[in-house]
Amino acid sequence: MSSHTVFGSLNHYAKGGVKLIGAGENPKHYVFSNVFEVASHAKPYEKIAVAQNLKYVIEVLRAEGTSTWFAADHDESALVMDGQIEIHLIKPEQRQVAPGIEGAVRLAGTPAGEEMGWVKASRGHMVLLPKGSAYQFRATTTGVILLQTIKGVETVEKWSSICQTAA
Amino acid sequence: MSTATLAPANTTPEIVVDKDLGYKIFQIGNFTFERDEYFAHILYPGNRHIMQIEAFLRALMRDVAWGFFYGTVNFDAVFGTVNHYGTVDMFVGRYNEAYRKAKNDYQETFVSKDLREVFVGILDNWTNDGFDPFAAPEESGPAYGAKHGDNKKAVDRQRVVAKRMVGLAGDTPLRSDENGFPINRQFADVKQDVPEIHAKPGHEGEVHAFNLFSYLSRSDVTWNPSICSVVKDSLLCPTTEEQTLPIVHGNDRVEWFIQISDEIFWEISDKTTGAPRSHVLMKAGDVAAMPADIRHQGFSPKRSMLIVWENNNDALPAMHASGELPPYPVEF
Repeated sequence: MSSHTVFGSLNHYAKGGVKLIGAGENPKHYVFSNVFEVASHAKPYEKIAVAQNLKYVIEVLRAEGTSTWFAADHDESALVMDGQIEIHLIKPEQRQVAPGIEGAVRLAGTPAGEEMGWVKASRGHMVLLPKGSAYQFRATTTGVILLQTIKGVETVEKWSSICQTAA
Repeated sequence: MSTATLAPANTTPEIVVDKDLGYKIFQIGNFTFERDEYFAHILYPGNRHIMQIEAFLRALMRDVAWGFFYGTVNFDAVFGTVNHYGTVDMFVGRYNEAYRKAKNDYQETFVSKDLREVFVGILDNWTNDGFDPFAAPEESGPAYGAKHGDNKKAVDRQRVVAKRMVGLAGDTPLRSDENGFPINRQFADVKQDVPEIHAKPGHEGEVHAFNLFSYLSRSDVTWNPSICSVVKDSLLCPTTEEQTLPIVHGNDRVEWFIQISDEIFWEISDKTTGAPRSHVLMKAGDVAAMPADIRHQGFSPKRSMLIVWENNNDALPAMHASGELPPYPVEF
């Protein structure tokens, strides 16, 4: 039997939605969005929250060109949903994130430190962004990254413009 | 320990399956479980609930494998369990408006390990050779008939629980043909390429990546969220879905779905009454929250990939129950 698995991409995606049945329901309660739609309207490497569970977030990043360097004081994971992206890692000589600060911070330049290596990832590949490292995204082709992280100073919330608000 | 919250006068269950089909009868508290060729019979004081055996075993498989999961696992509109993380309520009609109004609901509370022991026994004894309660219906034989053999290999599967990320040294392994995970028939077209990893000496354990979509294409089970990536209490639990979610899940916290491939149609009902509330159609790339006051059941016409995202914070059920947290994750 042949199968056809449907993935989305920046260039081609379809969107479902919320249909209300009961009285008093509100589509905003489902915080419904689409990562490709969000990325298609995003600035490069803007960290837009598409899911939030108290302090934890899933962010969408439009991967285009080369990002600034980021660092976090905890693990993060990056899932490539579209495009081809290199992730470069450095172990900084100096601590880049103050103790107790959660979420990723954007660094002013390339941190001094030891190169840890790099990963070339494309659709479906999940990459570990290890605690205490600094990382930079370099998109070979424009793509979309889903970032599992904690809400931080760089997290952008614009729920009203990305989510379904009417039935 | 078992604590009945309602105790009708007749507390002696009758035995309804009088044929010797080879199946054991199980009892805990005032509940008795029997099966015949086609059905599971759940006897409780003064009444009986009946379920098709395949549906019952598929739901039971999830409840056992997930350690009673988060919140409520409804086997159907009437019977299920509520996890209190140490104890478990087993109920009939407690979250069904008609049963409640007629005062026909019943519930007992058990120590989790006691109820688990009974559930594991049922699953082991009632699952026949050829029936796999974790597999998609098209990939499993039937559960029907008199007892014939068993399928311990299927019912003893362990849920994947990565400590940090799948594929790291010392963590849960990747899947391959060699370790018994061939590509599923419905994911034959999923690319199996691997990320290029260029780790400098000394950093091999930190510079890590794997092909999650390939990993999922090799899953041998359906509707079984498994932890693949961890950020403190944030758990990414990808899963592959086909046909119908065998339970109706009423979470005790907000959970999120990220549709990776294909599509799933979700029926959303009120967690307490079961009254229909919404439909959510999710296509590849869609993201939706499942609020803490609903129950949901999914339908996946083709095998699909879904990320279930959970917050494992132990304090959340009490915070939602007390109203400290709203059932919705974001106000906007």
